[in-house]
Amino acid sequence: MRRLIIGVGLIVAVVLLSALVVWFLERPPEPSSGTTQLAAPSGTKAVPAPASSPPDDGNWTMPAKDYAATRFSALRQITPANVGALRPAFTFSTGSKEGFEAAPLVVGPTMYVVGPWPTKVFAFDLTRPKAPPKWVYDPKPAPPARGRACCGPVNRGASYSNGRLFLNLLDNHTVAVDAASGREIWRTKLDDIDTGATMTMAPLVAEGKVFVGNSGGEMGVRGWLAALDAGSGRLLWKGYTTGPDADVRIGREYRPPYPKDSGRDLGVKSWPPEAWKIGGGTVWGWISYDPELRLIYYGTSNPGPWNADQREGDNKFTSGVFARDVDTGMVRWFYQSTPHDLFDHDDINEILLLDMPAANGARVPAIVRPGRNGFIYVQDRRTGRVLSATPYVHINSYKGVDLKTGKLITVPEKHPVQKRVVRNICPGPAGAKDWNPSAFSPITGLLYVPTLNICMDMGVVNANYVAGTPFVGADVKMYAGPGGHRGAFIAWDPVARRKVFEIKEDLPLWSPVLATAGGVVFYGTLDGWFKAIDGKTGRLLWRFRTESGIIGQPISYRGPDDRQYIAVPSGVGGWAGGLVSEAMDERDPTGALGFSNVTRDLNERTPKGGTVYVFALPR
Amino acid sequence: MSSPCRDRLIALALVAALCGCDREERSTRGKPLPETIPASAGTADSRPLDPRAAAYERNAAAIAQGQQLFTWMNCVGCHSHGGGGMGPPLMDDKWRYGGRIDQIAASIMEGRPRGMPAWRGRLTEQQMWQLAAYVRSLSGQVRKDAVSARADEVSNTPPLTQTRREPIKAEPPSP
Repeated sequence: MRRLIIGVGLIVAVVLLSALVVWFLERPPEPSSGTTQLAAPSGTKAVPAPASSPPDDGNWTMPAKDYAATRFSALRQITPANVGALRPAFTFSTGSKEGFEAAPLVVGPTMYVVGPWPTKVFAFDLTRPKAPPKWVYDPKPAPPARGRACCGPVNRGASYSNGRLFLNLLDNHTVAVDAASGREIWRTKLDDIDTGATMTMAPLVAEGKVFVGNSGGEMGVRGWLAALDAGSGRLLWKGYTTGPDADVRIGREYRPPYPKDSGRDLGVKSWPPEAWKIGGGTVWGWISYDPELRLIYYGTSNPGPWNADQREGDNKFTSGVFARDVDTGMVRWFYQSTPHDLFDHDDINEILLLDMPAANGARVPAIVRPGRNGFIYVQDRRTGRVLSATPYVHINSYKGVDLKTGKLITVPEKHPVQKRVVRNICPGPAGAKDWNPSAFSPITGLLYVPTLNICMDMGVVNANYVAGTPFVGADVKMYAGPGGHRGAFIAWDPVARRKVFEIKEDLPLWSPVLATAGGVVFYGTLDGWFKAIDGKTGRLLWRFRTESGIIGQPISYRGPDDRQYIAVPSGVGGWAGGLVSEAMDERDPTGALGFSNVTRDLNERTPKGGTVYVFALPR
Repeated sequence: MSSPCRDRLIALALVAALCGCDREERSTRGKPLPETIPASAGTADSRPLDPRAAAYERNAAAIAQGQQLFTWMNCVGCHSHGGGGMGPPLMDDKWRYGGRIDQIAASIMEGRPRGMPAWRGRLTEQQMWQLAAYVRSLSGQVRKDAVSARADEVSNTPPLTQTRREPIKAEPPSP
């Protein structure tokens, strides 16, 4: 009997011990002792990575405001109490009425605006009344490029560094322009419009290099990110999204966070033969930079074609996030948010560098990404490990993310199949949100996210690859999700991982967001309202009807007269506004890759436009 | 139950059942619009119609072939099912380069400066004319007994037999 008891005891002990070992092994890695200790206003809030988010000097030199991509202005003259008096200080018509997405930049006494197609750049003298133009730069991009751009001939803006403006042209050139004179300094060709490639993203400038990527995920274009020498425009390196490890720049320092992303030449092996050459994974969104880790972070687009049946496998390295060494371009880690993407869920959205509170006042250096697939990802930015992935919109096509394996769990009933329409897939192809970035306020600790409430019916057919033409193979029809509203502005607490407030918007929300230290948050709507809301409560404080739908990036700056200004471009277009800007016919529900159907009323709601509005409080 | 009473009940039930049917709403064609092929519609091209046009225009077989090619050659990726996208819509009344079948065929063969690729060398001349014949049908220019009553694609776009005929207007090419 005693032997039996000892035996049973021993077995129990062994089981307990192994459970303990398994539990220890499966725990996420403890943050190392090197984490930044911060005297934050509150230890329980997320804060922007200090090295990526220096103190505000009142300028706005890059579209995302800083390397941490906060889109937060520390200016505080405009407050919930006085914003009601905000009125236009001056406006400027660019003379072009196309989708207007670029962020205006302000450096000292000058504002720089990249206008809508054909992408003229204007410099305005802010020291003089009504800010007259100083110079205009006309880059004359090749006209056929505009017919290759999936979602309007848009440009997401320039970046300023060291007396120069850097921007991309739709015909695949990166140019450097002298900020004082508007003279072109260099122009480098990086891709070919005959393959369907274009360039729409805003460059990021860091460590004397200009980082740029291509667009064309709907045309079977092979994606890449390039580093150019800021001085000469010389190409330093190009890291492809697909293909052999040498092309992707994967070497010895590659440390994938999960075994699923580990292996040799996955950019070839996770595709049917040769399919990686026309497999998309373009780099048309946002790049962030951590100067301490010396890593740049950016996401890759959907694989091509949309019809997933034609590309069996994980389709690496599309629809995921790269961390690359800023100097060599070698990949440190990669995480695939949406392997074998079924629904055009690119992963190019903004990547905020935030330090998240942890136990004992320590902080975890993280990236926070409101993804197109409907999850807000919080990841350790040293390793890529997913700390959390939380749904922030209505999702029925994914079950969740397995934090142990890093895998996205799909819903088999929602997989598109040939010869049949699969209905009610949420979110639609534009995702929970598209390229238009969120803003983060360290004062409220909240992330302000412009979201879409759009579902779709999708039917797939085999697409033939014909260079320079769309490589899609899907018929899509989008419509409003549950509730009937097509957009929602949400405030998200990234620590508690919950929505704090939500403002329903009738039209799809395609506007970027600006947060300010005064406590006012700004965004616009597709029918041209520019809105100011209370960052704590979401209460609407002020609104102004601009000439056209707003899809452009609002900014805030300190003028030469020491007053705080707010600037926003107005000009409907892009994927969501194409019905108006490209004069499409709303009777076809599949127009604009399915977007027409969910914006049928847009022609009655807004005309075309192309004007910058600059607002200030009365003196 | 007497038989007239039963009959009445059955009739009532039938009426009720019919009322329950949620009939799909379809917009029917109104008054037929005048034929708009001649150059009088302001297409600014007074040249006589290409004699090859007669073989394709209103030819059911050519239109059906064109419909298939429209998907196969990725036309649908830019122009959707007529509503437009990367390329202009083809179901409305605006034609940048003319809406006559020979003008459409020329746009397909030679390409256009704002992004339309030239298909000469990638398709046969016959295929390009077939495509032009199908494109004409998107704005309802073709007789309804010549077009296909169902779409090739799996999505639910309205069939071509319900397409409204649009007058053809020339749109000055914008830069």
